[in-house]
Order: sequence, then C-alpha cells, then structure tokens
Amino acid sequence: MSAQEQLLLQIADDELVLGWRNSEWTGIAPVLEEDVAFSSIAQNEIGHARALYQLLSEDADALAFDRRPEEYSCSPLAELRFVPDWGRTIARHVLYEAADRLRIEQLKASDDPDVAGLAGKIDREEVYHRLHAEMWADRLREEPRYREALDELWPYAVAMLEPDLQEGLAAHFGRDLPSNNLLQGLERGSHVEDWPALWEEMTMVRRSVAGATW
Amino acid sequence: MGAARDPRRSGVIYEVFRQERKGQAFEHAGSVAAPDAAFADAYAHEQYGRRGESVALWVVPRDAIREIEDFPDELGKNYHRVDGYSLKVKLKEARERAGTAAPPDR
Amino acid sequence: MSREQEFLEYVQAGGAVEVDDWMPDEYRQKLIKFIEMHANSELMGVLPEREWILRAPTLQRKLALTAKVQDEVGHAQLIYRVVEDLGKPREQCLADLISGKSKFHNVFHYPTSTWGDVGVIAWLVDAAAIISQKALLKCSYAPYARIMKKICWEESFHILHGRDVILTMMLGTDEQRGLVQEALDRWWEPLMMFHGNPIDAKDDPVVQWRIKTQGNEEARQQFLDGYVPQIRELGLTVPDPKLRKRDDGVWEYTEPDWDVLRSVVTGHGPMTAERLEFRRMSREETAWVRHAILAEAA
Repeated sequence: MSAQEQLLLQIADDELVLGWRNSEWTGIAPVLEEDVAFSSIAQNEIGHARALYQLLSEDADALAFDRRPEEYSCSPLAELRFVPDWGRTIARHVLYEAADRLRIEQLKASDDPDVAGLAGKIDREEVYHRLHAEMWADRLREEPRYREALDELWPYAVAMLEPDLQEGLAAHFGRDLPSNNLLQGLERGSHVEDWPALWEEMTMVRRSVAGATW
Repeated sequence: MGAARDPRRSGVIYEVFRQERKGQAFEHAGSVAAPDAAFADAYAHEQYGRRGESVALWVVPRDAIREIEDFPDELGKNYHRVDGYSLKVKLKEARERAGTAAPPDR
Repeated sequence: MSREQEFLEYVQAGGAVEVDDWMPDEYRQKLIKFIEMHANSELMGVLPEREWILRAPTLQRKLALTAKVQDEVGHAQLIYRVVEDLGKPREQCLADLISGKSKFHNVFHYPTSTWGDVGVIAWLVDAAAIISQKALLKCSYAPYARIMKKICWEESFHILHGRDVILTMMLGTDEQRGLVQEALDRWWEPLMMFHGNPIDAKDDPVVQWRIKTQGNEEARQQFLDGYVPQIRELGLTVPDPKLRKRDDGVWEYTEPDWDVLRSVVTGHGPMTAERLEFRRMSREETAWVRHAILAEAA
C-alpha cells in the first residue's frame, strides 16, 4: 500500500468509527432537533468512509468489516466512547473537525484526480459539520465540563494528525503542542481498551454467516 | 399559532416554510424549538431538507408571525366577484334579438 | 344546539380544526392523549433498532438503518411539537413517558435478537404503522393531519429498505432464511395485536371525533390483505394455523389474547422497564445541556 493509500485508509477508519460513535447518540441526544441534526453528521461520516473504501478497493464492505481488529488504523480519538457525556462529545467534534479539515485540505491538492475530487466533496459536506461544531462551542464556551474535555482530548487530537499538520492544529486552537510523553500511547495503532469488544459487535452479524450477502 | 408565549416550552419556536422546487410557493412545513436563530437554521435544515425534499427554507420566529382571520362580508359584496354576475338570461334574449340563437339540440 | 354538538357535527362532516379554534375539552384531552402516544411510540421505536446500526453487515445497511432511525426521531419531534401547541409541553410528555404514566405501542416493548428482526421490523412493523398513519391523513385536527403527510412520505423508504433486507436474506443461505422465519415467528403475535382490540366505532370517541378515521379491525384486515401474500410468496410460513381468507374477503385468524396487549401497553412488556430506564438515565445525564442552551431562550 502506498503512503497515500495508507493515509486514505486511516481517514476512512476514523470516519467509520467516529460515524458509529456519533450515531450512538441516536434517540438519546439532549434535544430532539439536535438528535436529527447530529445523526446527519454521523451518516455523512459513514458515507465518507464508504467513498474512501470504494477508492481503495473493489469490495468496500470487505475492507470496512473483514479485517482483524489490529489491522484497523483508526485513531484513539475516534474510538473513545462518550455517550452520555455531551461535553466530551462536542469537544471531540470540535477538535476532530478542525484536524480533519487540515488533512482534507492536503488531499484536495493531490495529483490523483479521484482523490482530489473526493476530498473536495468531503470538504463541502464538512462545512456543515464545522458550522455545527462552532455553534455548540459557542454555547458551551463557559461550561466547565466542556472546557475540561477540550483539555483532556487535546493530545488525542494532535496524535490523530501526521507531524506536518500538528503545528497547524495548534495555531488554529491557540494551544501548545503537547510534549511527546503526553502523546505516548495515543498514536494510531494503539487502540482504546474496548476496541476489541467494539470490533466484535461491529462484525458479529457479518461473521455469523461467512461470505453471505446482506 | 399555538402556545407561543408559554415559558415552559422547550426554547423559542421557529416556523419553517419550505419550497419544494424553484418557482413554487413557500409552504408552511412545521416548526422547530431552538435556543437561537443559528440553531434554528441548523435544525430546520436537517428536519426539512436532509433528503433533498426542499430547495429552500424560510425560518421565522413564531413571534414575528401575525395571523389575520377576520374577513367580514355582512352585506354580500358580490359586485366584485364572479358569483355576482349571471348573464344567462340576458345572453339568451340578446341572441334572440340578433337572430343568432343556437338551435336547442346543439 | 350546544357548542359541543355543533362541533361534533362539524368534524363528522369532515371539518378541519386548527390550533386556535374552540374545541371541547374532551376533544382536546383525547387528542393530546392519542397524539402523545404516537410521539412516544416513535421515540421508543428507536431503541430496539439503534443497537443494530453498529452491527449492520454492510455500509449501505448501516447508512439506511441510521437514516430510518433518524426519521423516527424526526417524527417524534414533529408530533411532540403538535402536542405542545395543544398545551402540553414536551418536557412534561417525556417525564410522563419515563414514569410510565403515558403509553406507547406494544411492538416497542419487545426485544430484538437477530438481523432477521431488523428486516421484519422495517418491513412488517412499519407496514402495520403506515396503514394507521395513512388513515390519520384525514384526522379532523389539521396540524396533525399535515405532519402525517411528511411522516408517510418518509416511511415509504423504510418499508422498501425492510423488504430489501428480507429479500436479500431469502435469496441467501439456509441460515439466513432461517433467521427471517424465526424472527417472523416471534413478531407475528405482537403484529396481530398492533392495531388494538376490535372496538365498535360508535363506542370509540376517538373515531366519533374523527381523530381516528379507521377502526382497529379495519386496519388489521388491511394489513393482512396487503402483507400475508407478500410473506407467503417468499416461501415463509405465517405462524398461525387458523389464518385464512374467507370467500367474502375477510381474514380469519387466531384471536390474540387481548389481556397480553393490555399488560404490555401498561408497562409490563419484556423490555419496557429496561428501555424506560435507559431513557430516564440519558435524560438525566443530558439535563445540564438543556439548561445550558435554553437558559436565555424563554
């Protein structure tokens, strides 16, 4: 797999897992109208994952679901389970959208027209995500829960990006980059504790009848 | 308009009007509860447009809308309506006078 | 003629009632209760299905299921807004739902076990619901009739999605076909109870006021007429040996135990307590958010 393909797979895995984490709020979001809106964001993310997997493989479903848990390259930030904590959910949303924007921006400049084209489409959908994140960030600005969550998740957000984009993220948030020992254990490949259980559940139906069409 | 001013309800109510296709009228579609206009826009956008069912929306605080329902017509003002004009009899007489009356079985 | 009598004749003649119109207290109360139960059902219906979003075996199914469940939450929003405009605030509705004071439809008190359930629910439970919902398009209370249009439009993809899931499994392996039949076996009885026990129209105020324009038995017959052929043509067996269509077009079936329906709907279903507790806990955990964003709103 080329370096670019690896990056695309990382983004796809992030979006797949984050899409699922966000869809965990379906039916139990703080406000009904927000429930509907947030679900659209989750669907977009799963849709982005699908489009990226389709770029990488003839069989996007196989790529999405048939790997061993250790073969997934999602970042811990996407994997963390926050329901029913809305403060941390929004903190992650704000951090993730900003970080994702930086790497999508990079992909938009790709030599490969398929990659650049898809990055453009993803970017246009994520305009709405960013507006939504900013809207909530504005409302929760003074909330201790939210501020603490931002502090807690900051190293995770940094660890999500390649080193060349980390400065950009720090500049965007007006924060300092965490020291290396704070980033230890947060890099891709070091999955969160309940990742194996999450993988089990995510693949249980698919594995129940091997090779079946669903 | 409903209970617009009850403080127990969930936030400010915004009415949503949707246009299904360019050229069509905006029709009232429903309402969302939201803390402010930005949230109302986001919520209306998803509730009334996530499936491409609308090309445009108007989002308006309920308090900005006034309803008018009282249209008295006590003295039968049919002079400026189509139902105030029955020309059948006069037309028949005019045709007879001009000799242009159509045979009855046509 | 009393004002109540005038109103009754007005709605029975097909008259539409708007939110600020005068209405008898009894009409308002029955209306709120009826509509609130619908909203509660949409919201509770989300819970059995949401677990399967994670477990969906393909990306398309994951997306479709998320969108379906999103619609249900959206329907709850639409309907609670109608209730609120009639005078009962959303917070009160949700509190009554969680405390068990208000009801939701029987089918949402049952567990789901397999992907077969996902298909059967989207195909048959939604089909049963849409029959009632189409009848509500003619509800005398206009704001509710109007939102039913959007609801019916959105439900149309749910049924197609459900049928697609089922058809794919029926074209698959013996194991997959087994999942579908097994799910059907478990869901048939709740489905037969869904439209409620038969009540004479003249004894049903909700029908008299034209809040409901279709009797329970009529809805059930419509469901059987539409869906038993669809079930059988796939080679599936409906688990009721007495089920048959008479020469006069009426479906005969094993009479459900209406005491079971009553028991379930009054809060004694297999999953009732767990799901209400889940709702209660989520609301409690997110109460601070509502205070944070609504503090300046009123």
